Amino acid sequence: MTLEKLIFYALSAVIIAAAMMVVTRRNPVHSALFLILAFVACSGIWLLAEAEFLAIVLVLVYVGAVMVLFLFVLMMLDIDLAVLRAGFIKMLPLGVIMAIAMAAELILIVGPDNFGLEQYAAPARHAADYSNTEELGSVLYTVYMYPFEIAAVILLVAIIAAIGLTMRKRPDTKYLDPATQVVVKRDDRVRMVSMDAEKG
Amino acid sequence: MLKRDDVDMIALSDYLILGAILFAISIAGIFINRKNVIVLLMCVELMLLAVNINFVAFSHFLGDTAGQVFVFFILTVAAAEAAIGLAILVVLFRSKRSINVEDMDVLRG
Repeated sequence: MTLEKLIFYALSAVIIAAAMMVVTRRNPVHSALFLILAFVACSGIWLLAEAEFLAIVLVLVYVGAVMVLFLFVLMMLDIDLAVLRAGFIKMLPLGVIMAIAMAAELILIVGPDNFGLEQYAAPARHAADYSNTEELGSVLYTVYMYPFEIAAVILLVAIIAAIGLTMRKRPDTKYLDPATQVVVKRDDRVRMVSMDAEKG
Repeated sequence: MLKRDDVDMIALSDYLILGAILFAISIAGIFINRKNVIVLLMCVELMLLAVNINFVAFSHFLGDTAGQVFVFFILTVAAAEAAIGLAILVVLFRSKRSINVEDMDVLRG
C-alpha cells in the first residue's frame, strides 16, 4: 500500500468518525467542533485530489467563517437540550436502517465495478510548477464570468437578508438619525444673544 | 502522460464511496436529530461536503476544471444559505425562545 493511499484511508476514517460524532453528540457545540474536524480532514482529501485552491478555501471559508458563525449562534442561544433530545432513541433505529440502506445502494452504484481503476485510470500527477489556483482563476474570470457575478450577487443578497432579518428597533437605545443630522441648520443649534458687557 | 503503477493508486470509486457514506450518515443525522434545527443545518452542510467530494474526485479523474469551479459556486451558495438559515434561527429563537422544529407550527402545515 502506498503512502498516498494510507493517507487517504486515514483521512477518510477521520471524516467518517467525525460525521458520526456530529449526528450523535448531545451538545450541539460538540457537533459543531466535530464538523470542523470533518472539514479539515476533507480539505486533506482534496489536497490528495490536487484541488489545492478548494482545499484552502474550504478551511478559510468553511472553518474560518461558516463554522465560526455556527458556534456564535450556538453560544448566543440558550437551548433546552432535554426537549430537543426527546425521541432520539426512538428515531435511532429508523435512521440507522435508512443510512445503511442508502449507503449500500450508493456503494453498489459507485463501487469499484463501475468506477474502479479499470474504468477510470488514475491521472498522472501535474508538474511541480503547476498552479491549481492559476488554472481555476483563468477559467473563473473568462468562461464562468457570468456565474461568478451571479455568485457575488447571491452573497450580497445573503448579507442584506441576514441583516434585515436580525435587525430590530430597540426603543430604549439612544442614537441620532443621520438623515435628520445632515439637514440641521446653524439656526437650529446656535442661538445668538446680544447682551451688554458686564461692568467689572 | 506519466505511466504509473495502477494497482496501488486511489481509485475514483474510493472517493465516491467516501462521499456516499458521508451522505448516508447525514441522512441518518436528519432522522435522529429532527427536533434540533441547528443540528439539521449542520447535517445539510455535511451533505454538501459529500457532494463536493464527488465533484472534486470527478474533476481530478476526468481532468476537467469545471467540477472544481462548480464546487466553488456550491461553497458560495452554502455560505449564503448558512448565513440566512442562522439569521432565521436567531429570529425564531427571539420570538419562541426555542429552536424545536415542533414549535414551528404557526402556519398549521
